[in-house]
Amino acid sequence: MNSHRPPTGPLLRRVAAIGAALFLVSGVTAVPAVADDSDETNTLTVAIAQQVDSFNPFTAQLAVTTNILRHVYDQLVTVDPDTGEPAPSLAEDWETSEDGLTWTFNVRDDARFSDGEQLTADDVAWTLTTIMENDSAAIASGNYVAGFESVTAEDDHTVVVELEEPQATMTSLNVPIVPRHVWEPILEEEGDAFSDYANEDFPTVGSGPFVLTEHDRGEHITLEANPDHWRGAPGFDELVFRYYAEKDTAVEALRSGEVSFVYELTDAQVTSLEDVDDIAVNIADGKRFQAFTINPGAVTQDGEEFGDGHPALEDLTLRQAIVMAIDNDRIVEQGANGQAVAAGGYVPPRYEAFHWSPEGEDAFLDHDIEAANEMLDEAGYDMGDDGVRVSPDGDRLELRMHVHADRPDNVQAGLIIVELLDAIGIEIDNRTVDPGILSDALYDAEYDLIFTGWTVNPDPDYVFSIHTCGGLPTEPGTMQGDAYFCNEEYDELYEAQLEEYDPEARAEIIHELQEILYREAVVNVLSYPNIMEAYRTDQIADIQLEPAEGGNIWGQDGYWAWWSAQPADPTADGADAGLSTGTMVGIGAVLVLLLGAGTFVILRRRSTVEDRE
Amino acid sequence: MTTAPPEAGEPVTGKEHRKPAEPGRGGRFLPVALYVLGRLGTAVVSLFAVIVAGFFLFRILPGDPVRAMTEGREVTTEQREELRRQFGLDQPLWQQFLDYASGLLRFDLGTSFQYREPVAELILEHLGPTVLLAGTGTLVATLLGLFLGARAGWRPGGRGDRTNTAVALFFWSVPTFWLGLLLIVLLASGRGFMPGLFPTGGMVDPHAVSGWRSVLSTAQHMVLPVTTMVAVVYAQYLMIMRSSLMDEKGADYLTTARAKGLRDALVRRRHAVPNALLPTVTLIFLNLGQVVSGVILVETVFSWPGLGRLFYSGLRVPDLGLVQGLFVVFAASVILMNLLADLVYPLLDPRVRP
Repeated sequence: MNSHRPPTGPLLRRVAAIGAALFLVSGVTAVPAVADDSDETNTLTVAIAQQVDSFNPFTAQLAVTTNILRHVYDQLVTVDPDTGEPAPSLAEDWETSEDGLTWTFNVRDDARFSDGEQLTADDVAWTLTTIMENDSAAIASGNYVAGFESVTAEDDHTVVVELEEPQATMTSLNVPIVPRHVWEPILEEEGDAFSDYANEDFPTVGSGPFVLTEHDRGEHITLEANPDHWRGAPGFDELVFRYYAEKDTAVEALRSGEVSFVYELTDAQVTSLEDVDDIAVNIADGKRFQAFTINPGAVTQDGEEFGDGHPALEDLTLRQAIVMAIDNDRIVEQGANGQAVAAGGYVPPRYEAFHWSPEGEDAFLDHDIEAANEMLDEAGYDMGDDGVRVSPDGDRLELRMHVHADRPDNVQAGLIIVELLDAIGIEIDNRTVDPGILSDALYDAEYDLIFTGWTVNPDPDYVFSIHTCGGLPTEPGTMQGDAYFCNEEYDELYEAQLEEYDPEARAEIIHELQEILYREAVVNVLSYPNIMEAYRTDQIADIQLEPAEGGNIWGQDGYWAWWSAQPADPTADGADAGLSTGTMVGIGAVLVLLLGAGTFVILRRRSTVEDRE
Repeated sequence: MTTAPPEAGEPVTGKEHRKPAEPGRGGRFLPVALYVLGRLGTAVVSLFAVIVAGFFLFRILPGDPVRAMTEGREVTTEQREELRRQFGLDQPLWQQFLDYASGLLRFDLGTSFQYREPVAELILEHLGPTVLLAGTGTLVATLLGLFLGARAGWRPGGRGDRTNTAVALFFWSVPTFWLGLLLIVLLASGRGFMPGLFPTGGMVDPHAVSGWRSVLSTAQHMVLPVTTMVAVVYAQYLMIMRSSLMDEKGADYLTTARAKGLRDALVRRRHAVPNALLPTVTLIFLNLGQVVSGVILVETVFSWPGLGRLFYSGLRVPDLGLVQGLFVVFAASVILMNLLADLVYPLLDPRVRP
């Protein structure tokens, strides 16, 4: 039945031809990847994942866009990377009236927008007033102007802000200042649709050190240096943000040199990069605190109870015993693999002045299982036969705990907490869930213990404001913060710090606020996770951290990193990729040959088998 | 390019003897029209059900778009309320549905919350890359699967069959994500002595602006994603082709063909394969419908700017406007392709003609 010809008809030949063509294409296309590197412009490439919501500085919310816009539009005041103190930016200096209600900012006269127009006090006043008066322009920065009475431009260089109440946060207004001559017509034209205006008319007009020139959705965002920036030209000619949907691929792109910088790495990723040539790992002090809150019985501002928190958690003694059972050091060591700092107070230690940590006698909630058990025994929480305590009201201490499934360190910490609480007779129903489910549980108050965390800004006012009684929901589901906490003493101190203009006195009050949070054991801080990022030293020679010691690169409050970054000398280290195009072609050819030979052998074998049959 | 097109015409003529010729051509119009109308009706009903189900299904998703979008941002309750108002989430559910449904009638798919752009525009923007990637992948996988499947099914149990089936099933069971990452680590990241031959992600180099350079760059960016996709999916074509060829193997017409003295390969190619292709047509059409919904995992590993990744990014918020719009488009394309399969099948196979 078999013919003498092996069954390699035209069909097989066609397939072989297609296969060969594919491999040829891949072989050829593999070459220009290296050739591209010889570009004249110095490009710094950052791997990002988050999408762009809008480049409209009045509405942009997401971290990536606000970060990028910080380089496109200057702000009044920035942060000094060395001292961490407020530092001049568009405002050269500022002063306050006696009563603290009038702030005068002196606007520098050498700031120009990228279209050549002079930036004046009028632009500043118009930007702030627009945010105050127009709801759709207040989406991004409305919180900063909430206490403003009026903003006026006295002359070209003087802006005066009148406040309703004194507020100590005036030197950390995180508001991009935009050119009035560009935005006033847009605002008029767009009207109600302004909130959907995407500001994608490139190049955008701004006064910052970079100009937005291109956005290819889901692929890349390009910024070009503004050589005339008043602070001086940035070191790189171009800043490209490239999309990598997965952090693991972004790390591979860093290895291949496709990107210069990756951020928000995990411990495992950092470990894999530590010994790689030409890659530097930057481990910075955390800006974020990781905490769990306890549901002390949720109420609305009117005192209406809702949710289904365990009733025994209203008892301060039980809450304190839970905190005492938890070992923050162990959570850092085993949960975060040492890439965090065990916490006490609410503000991370990188903000030295505001940071508070319980010490000596104050540290009465330190890890102590025995003491916790004693406390519970005394308070009438009797141990049941099954090793789980029962509250004086007869409720078994079985508590739900909601943990972010998408944060590996939280999941680890959760497992440790289950074990620790078991030692004081509390049974935990460990619910590792998606962020959406967790958020629903929190806002509906259908939880007992729940994980949370905040990134704290140089001015910590906001993270304290969410725990005032005003942060409670007006109706179930509308809470502002992340805990049902309300304490009169706390509220008074909160008001006092906002009105306190003396930095030392204010820091003192902020320490007291943290002491209350610690004592009340509703918001319980576990750790301050380190910030982990990495960059290529053969692309970036030098870069400014913020703060200068132990600081981070991504997510700075100023634009120091990308403005200061200096390109590495490409000739210093031989050819960039280390392999010449010739070598690459050679390797490509060998691969093609190998694959071709393999296919041939397999087909050959098969045909002989067929012949034999 | 291989088996299907040149020989597709043959089965119809070659098989006509199996069914007695229809007496009068004119009398066939009514049943055909009824058949077509019936299929169309089913498609419309399915689409409507999908629209309604999709709307309410995504509302059950846990999480709140406004909270998710403002997470970690220092916003006031008023700022959140303003967002809620803009997204129309302050309206009662029935009102939201009416707005949505009346928008659909005008082909308005609504607005994405996170991108703040019309969903239809976003979909059009991402459609091209998806069709390019998933289309190429499906084409290569189909050809490869059918070719190997035909050979495997012709000699079931032979060494060629065992090897091919084992390899195909191995790749079929491999997690897409893992395979993609492995290819990146091996061929893109430039570890050890291996140079980075291919880009790790994206569709085109940001600096490749001019015509041929961007084409070349796109081709280069496509190699790894297409390879991953083909490796993972070609097994289903192989298996279907293999089993349907095995079904045909004992057929009388093959004995006839052999009796005519045809070579074995010819018997397979000209007689067995065309008939065995029929069941695969359904599968191909089903998968063509999914070409639009893309290959979410492949697009995610290789950061391909397609619809699959768009959907993924929408689900995480949840960006209700975006996901329900995409859902309708995905469902519509699958329904459309099923409809086409239903209509094309009788043309290919006289046995199922109405």
